[in-house]
Amino acid sequence: MSQAIHHDEHYDAEGSKIGMWLFIFTELLLFGGLFVIYSVYRFMNQDAFHLAAEELNTTVGSINTIILLVSSMTIAMSTSALQKGQKGTTIVLLEITLMLGLIFLVNKYFEWGVKFEHGIFPGSQHMLDTLSQGEILFFGLYFVMTGLHALHIIAGMALIGVTLAKVSKGTVHPERSALLENAGLYWHLVDLIWIFLFPLFYLIH
Amino acid sequence: MQASSQIPHDVSYLDYKGKYKGLLAWILSTDHKRIALLYMFSIMTMFFVGVCLGLAMKLELIAPGKTIMGAQDYNAVFTVHGVIMIFMIVIPGLPAVFGNFLLPLMIGAKDVAFPKLNLFSWYLYIAGAILVISSVLFGDGSPDTGWTFYAPYSFRTGTNMLPAIFGAFVLGFSSILTGLNFIVTIHRLRAPGMTWTKMPLFPWTLYGTAWIQLLATPVVGITLVLVSLERIFGIGVFDPALGGDPILYQHLFWIYSHPAVYIMILPAMGAISEVIPTFSQKHVFGYKAIVASTLAIAFVGYFVWGHHMFTSGMSGTAQYTFSILTFLVAIPSAIKVFNWISTMYKGSIALETPFFWAMSFIFVFMIGGLSGLVLGALATDVYVHDTAFVVAHFHFIVFGGVGFSFFAAIHYWFPKMFGRMYDKTWANVGWIVFFIGFLALYTPMFYLGMQGMPRRYYDYLEQFHSANILSTLGSWVMTFGLAIIVINLFRSAKSGAIAPENPWNGKTLEWTVPSPPPVENFDDIPVYGEKDGPYEY
Repeated sequence: MSQAIHHDEHYDAEGSKIGMWLFIFTELLLFGGLFVIYSVYRFMNQDAFHLAAEELNTTVGSINTIILLVSSMTIAMSTSALQKGQKGTTIVLLEITLMLGLIFLVNKYFEWGVKFEHGIFPGSQHMLDTLSQGEILFFGLYFVMTGLHALHIIAGMALIGVTLAKVSKGTVHPERSALLENAGLYWHLVDLIWIFLFPLFYLIH
Repeated sequence: MQASSQIPHDVSYLDYKGKYKGLLAWILSTDHKRIALLYMFSIMTMFFVGVCLGLAMKLELIAPGKTIMGAQDYNAVFTVHGVIMIFMIVIPGLPAVFGNFLLPLMIGAKDVAFPKLNLFSWYLYIAGAILVISSVLFGDGSPDTGWTFYAPYSFRTGTNMLPAIFGAFVLGFSSILTGLNFIVTIHRLRAPGMTWTKMPLFPWTLYGTAWIQLLATPVVGITLVLVSLERIFGIGVFDPALGGDPILYQHLFWIYSHPAVYIMILPAMGAISEVIPTFSQKHVFGYKAIVASTLAIAFVGYFVWGHHMFTSGMSGTAQYTFSILTFLVAIPSAIKVFNWISTMYKGSIALETPFFWAMSFIFVFMIGGLSGLVLGALATDVYVHDTAFVVAHFHFIVFGGVGFSFFAAIHYWFPKMFGRMYDKTWANVGWIVFFIGFLALYTPMFYLGMQGMPRRYYDYLEQFHSANILSTLGSWVMTFGLAIIVINLFRSAKSGAIAPENPWNGKTLEWTVPSPPPVENFDDIPVYGEKDGPYEY
């Protein structure tokens, strides 16, 4: 009998959730560093940030915000569905969540693509020639923060994918639902960070 | 718990034959005790590399001018020495080795909360180590920025910085996961009846450390990511040419890296707090004061980072504030020292090797700590900033504090870990040689710093020559002592006398299980009664 099997026997839903909350703290601090940098440079370059923010497409940003909010709802619903023993509904809701995450990324891809076409990307000669230092900083932060957020979307989708597979296989079920709840917690975190990124980059002028 | 009954209770974790054989039985094991030893051997390997680099630096400084290397090589050597020693040895050192091995044993658990995550952290550690080493072996020259990767040099220099920075990031991630694991373990897996105020002090310090690992490391993580992106894409955040501010890098870096000092020293203090009551055979003096000072250090430690930057350009108000806060940290540290000394008072002291290490720990820790106040005071710091004085200070604290505590811990828990006793005579000889070498190596640097010798130069003026010779001789003596200690421990692990269950008459729970412990630690989870406690002699 291997040790690994023994450790699988130890199941502590409360412990797993504490673990996920602690991990969420670390993620908040990771982005916290970026938010600090953003506020410092916003304070130092108010006019330039104002100018640069007008380049961003508020419509696409708003659509993406709605997409993420809906996806947060669907994953929360999937947890309730699992608790009620509705396996089929759980799976469908998780699939919808994944789909919404994917749509978010596609939107993001096109949004970035347009910026690149206009010569706005870190290290571009066009930016150096035509933009002020404050605007360069704004776009540097824009790409870093939304890029890092997109990586978290991908990580969240991978986690949801694993959960989905385990729900279908039956290893995540109403009595052992910690993985699904943790996936939900993580997805809400990713959503929450976007809720801060959206006004900081798109709305404040 | 059906499967657990099939693991025999009389087989030690060292002899246990699981599904895998040979090396795989170790690198695929989720047993916290095996993971602890994996960490120990990896850390020892990296320590060997770090020591060799340190010796090379001291040899270079034996005489003014170029002795064995030029300026560029010297820059690379002190950078890689720093990165290895900080990120791979003193930060994971006590938590990953003794924390992993002893935390479950001391709180009466069968393992940590997330055993697979624990093994994963070790793999991250190895990945980070390989990345850092690869920066030396491949690319256009070894990293040469110092271990702090200060902007803007870290993204302007032509040397191979990216693997080193990314390696430090991965090592940080490993550290975060270990901390997370320990917090959940301590919250969820303490033995029934072991309330917070009955938990031994070493787990308490691991708890404080784990919170720092969790809350401070992400900040340096994002900072290292940004400096890498600055190097690859030129995002401008730290680049003055694009409007960024390099001082901001220093702030973000030290917001982590100063608390990291407490990641290093807190578990070291915890191990000393175990050794001293055991060898005094007396209840630890001021248990609650030690716990409170542990948490106070962890808390105040977050707010002192600016004292690394007194000469970098900060407002006067910021300087005063950081200076006062720095002085505050000295108070809980001093409380601990008073508690240790008071524990010994009227105790029945056994002069064993771990106790010698603990005594010398207090000695070097005091020197290191008090010299820290010299650096925390604004007027004197401006005078000795970036001199050999700083190097002496942090080697007394980081190497003297953590290193001496590590050796105290390894001798103290050696019988439990390997089931054999170390050779006492050679252990004591190793200690005294090491101690003398240590003092000869680092004490002259205080003097040199006061005289104005800057750090991080391969060359110096003739007037600094004699003290540097003493320092270099000290490095040889210390390494000789180190060799005695390590060889003695290796020989004893193979052929020492068989250790009893409780050779020191310790009262914490790890001494209630056989040496070495069985795979499952405890046949039955121990229960703490009303009157039980970790130090009831």
